[in-house]
Amino acid sequence: MNRFMPRALLTPAVATLFLWMIVPLVMTIYFSFVRYNLMQPGALDFIGLANYEYFVTDPDFAPAVVNTLVLLGSVIAITIVLGVGLALLVDAPFPGRAVVRVLLISPFFVMPTVNALLWKHMMMNPIYGVFAQVSRTFGLTPIDWLADYPLLSVILMVAWQWLPFSCLIMITSLQSMDREQIEAARMDGANLPQQFWFLHLPHLARPIAVVIMIEMIFLLSVFAEIFTTTGGGPGNASTNIAFLIFKQALMGFDVGVASAGALFAVLLANIAAVFLIRMIGKNLDR
Amino acid sequence: MSARTLHVIRACTAWLATLVLFFPLFWLCLTAFKTELQAISVPPLLLFTPTLENFALVQDRSNYLLYAWNSIVTSFGSTALGLLIAAPAAYSMAFFRAPGTRGLLMWMLSTKMMPAVGALVPVYVLAQLSGLLDTRIALTVIFAMSNLPIMVWMLYSYLKDIPREILEAARMDGAGIWGEARHVVLPLGLGGLSSTALLCLVLSWNEAFWSLNLTSAKAGTLAALIASYSSPEGLFWAKLSAASVLAIGPIVVLGWFSQKQLVQGLTFGAVK
Repeated sequence: MNRFMPRALLTPAVATLFLWMIVPLVMTIYFSFVRYNLMQPGALDFIGLANYEYFVTDPDFAPAVVNTLVLLGSVIAITIVLGVGLALLVDAPFPGRAVVRVLLISPFFVMPTVNALLWKHMMMNPIYGVFAQVSRTFGLTPIDWLADYPLLSVILMVAWQWLPFSCLIMITSLQSMDREQIEAARMDGANLPQQFWFLHLPHLARPIAVVIMIEMIFLLSVFAEIFTTTGGGPGNASTNIAFLIFKQALMGFDVGVASAGALFAVLLANIAAVFLIRMIGKNLDR
Repeated sequence: MSARTLHVIRACTAWLATLVLFFPLFWLCLTAFKTELQAISVPPLLLFTPTLENFALVQDRSNYLLYAWNSIVTSFGSTALGLLIAAPAAYSMAFFRAPGTRGLLMWMLSTKMMPAVGALVPVYVLAQLSGLLDTRIALTVIFAMSNLPIMVWMLYSYLKDIPREILEAARMDGAGIWGEARHVVLPLGLGGLSSTALLCLVLSWNEAFWSLNLTSAKAGTLAALIASYSSPEGLFWAKLSAASVLAIGPIVVLGWFSQKQLVQGLTFGAVK
């Protein structure tokens, strides 16, 4: 066995990943310090921190940060609470359980643009949408979801997409619970809430943490749902950081400012990543 | 309340919640078989004579087959490319563990944490400079790159479970690294290999960020095609539904058969 073989096998993966990471990063850092507008060709002048200042003082910036965090927090809360609830419901065998699992997981495999348009038109349209028809049945005035509650609408779409993920992780985790322990607790007179609080919840702590971290990574940069439904609006009501950067770069053609914003997004994601890496790293040692 | 009643209530609630969550997809499929007029009828129609005309019209209106072909090429291409790069790396890490292996795995995972939007500008500029904007090659390479960390991780976690004794035995019998890989590791790791390929396929097929930003008319994937239906003048619900059903159908069915591996793959093996 050639002792260089293991390294030779590793090289392509390491090299490509390194390039994939470092080239965009270096370019982004460079662009963020120069004046670079795709509509104004010319020399790329060094302008210091002006791009950062512009991005941060943009009136859309603060709402975008808030929207990003609200979107992230709400979707995580909804998917965890409902995911644990559903997993507990599906945990014990009942007729048609296999079918329920299959139906439950389906939204996760729907591409974001289909998800977005399906909700925008067929569910949330104020005249013909299912929601409007249901509210009229009960004699209520239909809500124009995307115009009046744009961020909430996006939250609903994204939560619908990610609930199956959270739910399936919880189901998987519940299956490894010690049934005899639950039985013993029940014999000792623990009621259902007590069983949940003292047995299920501690067991689920780890999967819950994993779901939070994974969703953080994906949800910090929700894009397609906003792009296809609200376009960030009305105004900036549903613009998150990812969409704001997109607006600066490909609609405003200002590469410099967009790059400064991108570095901000990277920073935000890295804060989440540090925790996730640490947790998964611990798992690797076991 | 008796345990029996509780059980029945629980089962009914589970079914009810599931049907509510699945309803949008059910409604999408139903609308795909309606006429445009039926699709927006008030109150909504549940019983109607199904029509297949939308599926034919989708092709006429938006050249569906081109986008479908782009989706197929980019997702299969990126899966193949990704496996080609990831498999040797995972093999090396699983069977020739070096002191740096753990750190290397962690570093690979950390590259996945980079938000795509952070790389949008440079990747766009590079694609433009190299003339690769709106090409299938660019998308294929980008999909492969962004899935690479997940693929290495998944393959690694499958391969490291192969008992070392079997490999030792093969080596004793004089098998070289190729013989070992082909006759021992490949048969045993085939399950892991196919799960990894499947996950990569699903992720690439559904990828929307890069396909929306880097493609227009030539290399657009189905995710981008569907997004084009959002324009107000193109509000034909039945056709939108038919196009959507065609776009998500294959992947949702694929997902049904491999749900558990796919979702666990996404957690990088942190939940067993």
